[in-house]
Amino acid sequence: MNATWSRFNITSIVLGFAFLYLPIVLLIVFSFNESKLVTVWGGFSTKWYVSLFHNQGLMDAAWVTARVGVISATVATVLGTLAALTLTRYTRFRGRMLFSGMVFAPLVMPEVITGLSLLLLFVAVGLDRGFLTVTLAHITLTMCFVAVVVQSRLVTFDRSLEEAAMDLGAPPVRTFFQITLPVIMPAIVSGWMLAFTLSLDDLVIASFTSGPGATTLPMKIYSQVRLGVTPEINAACTILIAVVAVGVIAASVVNKRREVQRQLDEQAAQRG
Amino acid sequence: MKSLGSIRRDFAPWNDPNAKPYIQFENVTKRFGDFTAVNNLSLTIFEREFFALLGASGCGKSTLLRMLAGFEEPTAGRILLDGQDLRGIPPYRRPVNMMFQSYALFPHMTVENNIAFGLKQDGMAKPEIAARVGEMLKLVKLEQFAKRKPHQLSGGQRQRVALARSVAKRPKVLLLDEPLGALDKKLREETQFELMDLQQNLGLTFVVVTHDQEEAMTMADRIAIIDKGEVMQVATPAEVYEAPGSRFVAGFVGNVNMFEGKIARGEAGTASIDAGNGITIRTENAGDAAAGATVAFAIRPEKIKVSSTKPAGAVNAIEGEVYDIAYLGDMTVYHVRLDDGQVVRASTMNAARITEDPLTWNDRAWVSFRPDAGVVLTR
Repeated sequence: MNATWSRFNITSIVLGFAFLYLPIVLLIVFSFNESKLVTVWGGFSTKWYVSLFHNQGLMDAAWVTARVGVISATVATVLGTLAALTLTRYTRFRGRMLFSGMVFAPLVMPEVITGLSLLLLFVAVGLDRGFLTVTLAHITLTMCFVAVVVQSRLVTFDRSLEEAAMDLGAPPVRTFFQITLPVIMPAIVSGWMLAFTLSLDDLVIASFTSGPGATTLPMKIYSQVRLGVTPEINAACTILIAVVAVGVIAASVVNKRREVQRQLDEQAAQRG
Repeated sequence: MKSLGSIRRDFAPWNDPNAKPYIQFENVTKRFGDFTAVNNLSLTIFEREFFALLGASGCGKSTLLRMLAGFEEPTAGRILLDGQDLRGIPPYRRPVNMMFQSYALFPHMTVENNIAFGLKQDGMAKPEIAARVGEMLKLVKLEQFAKRKPHQLSGGQRQRVALARSVAKRPKVLLLDEPLGALDKKLREETQFELMDLQQNLGLTFVVVTHDQEEAMTMADRIAIIDKGEVMQVATPAEVYEAPGSRFVAGFVGNVNMFEGKIARGEAGTASIDAGNGITIRTENAGDAAAGATVAFAIRPEKIKVSSTKPAGAVNAIEGEVYDIAYLGDMTVYHVRLDDGQVVRASTMNAARITEDPLTWNDRAWVSFRPDAGVVLTR
């Protein structure tokens, strides 16, 4: 490393990071504010965290969000993995281009349109809006993200592993569960985590497709903010940030450790 | 080892008209879209044979192996194993196992579990599996690596795990796709002999695909030379080298010098070839070449002598100029440019430690060879 810390470089970095993180830092700082007024510092306190846990509305919304997230991420992971398998394995079926385009379209589709069209569908088939509809909507939204993540893994997957398993006597289904699935599992897990995170912070689609009794946390926060920002909301958001940050950091630390261990092992093997 | 060697020498079922073929390719064709990978190919392999499919990449040799393993079905023709037509039998029900070029070790399993995988598929009892795995680990000398994962092994160790895994089920036939391709030269040579011992000890039929002619020559009982999906010649290594069936085979295996010309038959099997520019080659190995036909005379570099004066009594001696000399330690290779511009390659073993070589660059020199040293090729 012989990059020089010129004044220009330092300024760029400071400005860049400030742009990205200043709002979040502000939110976290004010969640520990003693004062009820959000923008006036009144000393350090954790009382908003305590009151947060006594706010039944917020806690209910958090519970709904967690359940929607887990269920939709799980279903989306199954469907997305199947889609990815089809797209990488059967490269020459009629309509493959159309199918792959259709799987990935929601990636770039404006959420408002996805939300609105889902709402129209649910009304048309007479499905009452609630927990089920918001879960279905999130499956639709997140499935394509899972498909992208798993597909990128499958592209580099060595097909001869499956051939070797079959050659050794494993029928196709057993080969899939004993060889293919364990090998691509890390990609499936990160696909699930991505799907869960997307479901966790979705406001637009949830607003369209949710109904009474199934208010998600982002919806609850948004509606409360319209009545005025309370430090309680800041506290809720800080917890959300903490959960996501811990998840991301844990995942990358585990990955890094595994990589380092692997390199050490390989060096050891090379030495004999 | 000595006894094995003598068994090997006596092993020649292909010369026995009553020998029962073990693997038969009968007029097999395989097309991928418009591309014909294998074209109306027939081939017979015998039990306990070490058979090599040799060819350049893309010649269809791997496709043959994959059809035998069951990963591809022939477009036309049929493949028989021990008299049974293999059509429609999926890979997981064929009594053949394959060692993959990439080794295809299961990365999430230990060495032990990799080797046990095939045995578990057969529903073998646990103690038996453990015994067999132990036996295999011993066979490939990897006992202390049983609990390691594939990425914790070196290239040579991985190769041995792949080998152990593919022979663990005691298949009737072991297919090896470029088994030594990923190893460095020294390790490759050692492993060649290990593979030969293994094949002898287990009494298996080996079919190996390789593009490395040295590898095929060293290991195989017979070699099939494949080009553009067709068999060019099937013969023992010595026959392929000393009596190639065509210009292609002669050029593909080893180094060769070729002279093209019209042949005239002499008495008692002798013939002479008018190679133009006043060069006439006399040979005793004219085969069934018809008089007047345009043929190629092929001669290996080590059968040509280079000298500064015309050797007395030489039947074949051609004058030229030393164009290049390559000293390789065990031998020296001379490139002699004849007066018609053709370059002849000749190699001399350096039997004495210090060679007083009177020849040097741009010297006039004579290349000479005996009348039985080369062969006439009509195809």
